[in-house]
Amino acid sequence: MKKFAGIVFLFIGISLSAQDDGESLLDLLGEEETTNYATASFKATRIINSPSIENVSEGVLDFRISHRFGRVNSGAQEFFGLDAATIRLGLDYGITDRLMVGIGRSTVQKAVDGFVKYKLLRQSTGKKNMPITLSLYSSMMINWQDWPEPERENYFTSRLTYTYQVLIGRKFSKSTSLMLMPTMVHRNLVDNTSIANDVYAIGIGGRQKITSRLAITAEYYYVLPDQIEEIYTNSLSVGVDIETGGHVFQLHMTNSLGMMDKQYITETTGEWGAGDIHIGFNISRVFTIKDRNKDKVEKKKEKDDW
Amino acid sequence: MKSFIALLLIGISLQVSAQGKYFTRNGTITFFSSTPVEDIKAENFGVMAILDAETGQLEFSLLMKSFNFKKALMQEHFNENYVESDIYPKSTFKGEVLNLSDIDFSAPGTYPVQVKGQLTIHGETRDVTTDGEIVVSEKGVALKAEFPVKPADYKIEIPKVVENKIAQEILVTVSTELEPFKR
Repeated sequence: MKKFAGIVFLFIGISLSAQDDGESLLDLLGEEETTNYATASFKATRIINSPSIENVSEGVLDFRISHRFGRVNSGAQEFFGLDAATIRLGLDYGITDRLMVGIGRSTVQKAVDGFVKYKLLRQSTGKKNMPITLSLYSSMMINWQDWPEPERENYFTSRLTYTYQVLIGRKFSKSTSLMLMPTMVHRNLVDNTSIANDVYAIGIGGRQKITSRLAITAEYYYVLPDQIEEIYTNSLSVGVDIETGGHVFQLHMTNSLGMMDKQYITETTGEWGAGDIHIGFNISRVFTIKDRNKDKVEKKKEKDDW
Repeated sequence: MKSFIALLLIGISLQVSAQGKYFTRNGTITFFSSTPVEDIKAENFGVMAILDAETGQLEFSLLMKSFNFKKALMQEHFNENYVESDIYPKSTFKGEVLNLSDIDFSAPGTYPVQVKGQLTIHGETRDVTTDGEIVVSEKGVALKAEFPVKPADYKIEIPKVVENKIAQEILVTVSTELEPFKR
C-alpha cells in the first residue's frame, strides 16, 4: 500500500511538472543580468576642440582634418574670413576600446602634438552600475615656431606645453549628453614672471541630438582668474555634428583659432561680442585596421567543434 | 511484484523527462547583408534558446547589443540608429516545430523540420515560417535554419545615403546547439 501511494505521488509529481509550462518557456532559464554600457554619448572623439568621453574602438584609425577660417568680421575683401585657412591634421588610434593615442600637426605655431586618453570609468546600468564616464587625458605640444629671441640661449624644453584633463561625462538620455572638464595646462616657458606656468581651467560641454544623424554641440572653457594675460579670453564654440556612414562632419563657430588644447584654452583672443568668430569644420574618417572580432569568432569555433 | 511495477514506472517517467526540454544560453545567430557595394556580417554568440521536445514549442531570445560587427562604428550605428537597442534591447522568436512527430529524439540523426512562429524585432512582431534542421546527437540537439528578414517589415528605417550599402533582405542564420535541460 505504501508503495502504491509512492507511485501515486510520483504521478502527481509528473503531472505537476507537465503543467507548469508558463507563458514563456524561456522563463525557465531565468534572466542573466548583463551590464549595459552607455555608447555613443558623443558622435566624435572631440566635442569641437575639446576631447570628448568617446574613444575610437580597438584597432580603429581615425583621420581627422580640422579647419578654421579667418574671422567673419574681417570684411568682404577677406570674404568674411574664408580666404584664410588654419588647419590641424590628426591621426588617432585605438589600442584598446578604452585606451587611445593620437598625433597631430597644426598650422598655428607650427605645432606638433601627441596625446593619450584612457577611459577609467564607463557609464553603465544593470549588473554593474556607474552613473558617469570618466576619462583621463594628457597631451603634449611642441611649438615649432622660430625663437622670438634667437640671440639668447634657447632650450628645446621651452617649446613644450602639457595639458592634463579629467573628462567627466554622462549620457542623460538617448539624445542628451553633458560633460565637465577640469583642466590644468602647464607651460614650460611663459613671457614674464607675472604669468603663471600652470593654468587651471574648467570646461563644460554638451550635445543634443536633433535626429539620429544630426546633433547640436557646444563647449565653453572658463579659465580661473589672474592666470593669463588680459588679451586672452575664454573659448566658446557651438556647432552641429552631421553623421554619414564612416564620416562625421562637424561644422561650427568658435572664437578660438588654435585647435590644440593649450591653444584654445589659454590663447584664445577672439571676442564673440565683437564678431571675432571663426567658422570651422572637422572631418573624421575612420578606418578599421584590425578585425577585433577575430579572436571572439575563433574561440567560439573551437568550442563548437563537437 | 509491486515493487517491480514501481521500478518500471519510475523507469518510464525517467524516459519521459529525458525527452523533455533542451536549452542554451550561448547559441549563435548571425545575419548577413549583401549588396554590390558592401557585405555586412554580424554575429551574436549569446543567444538564449529552449526547445520542448514534447510539445514542439521553440523559443529564442537575444540582446541586440550583443551582435558583433567587424567595424566598430557600424555596430554603433546599428544599435543607435537602426534597431534602437536602448528602446528595444531584445529580439525574440516564439514558435513551434510543425512536424514534431517526424523527429526521434532518442535516435541520432538529421531531421528536416518546418518551424512557424512570431519574430519580434525593433518592437514589431511578424509571422515567420521557415525550413530548418534538427540534428540529434548524444550531447543534445542542434538547430539550424536560414531565413530572410526585411528591415522595412520591422519598421527599421534605412536612410537614402546608405541605401545601396544595406540589403533590402537580410539573411539570418541560426546555428545553435542545445543541451538537455535539468531542473
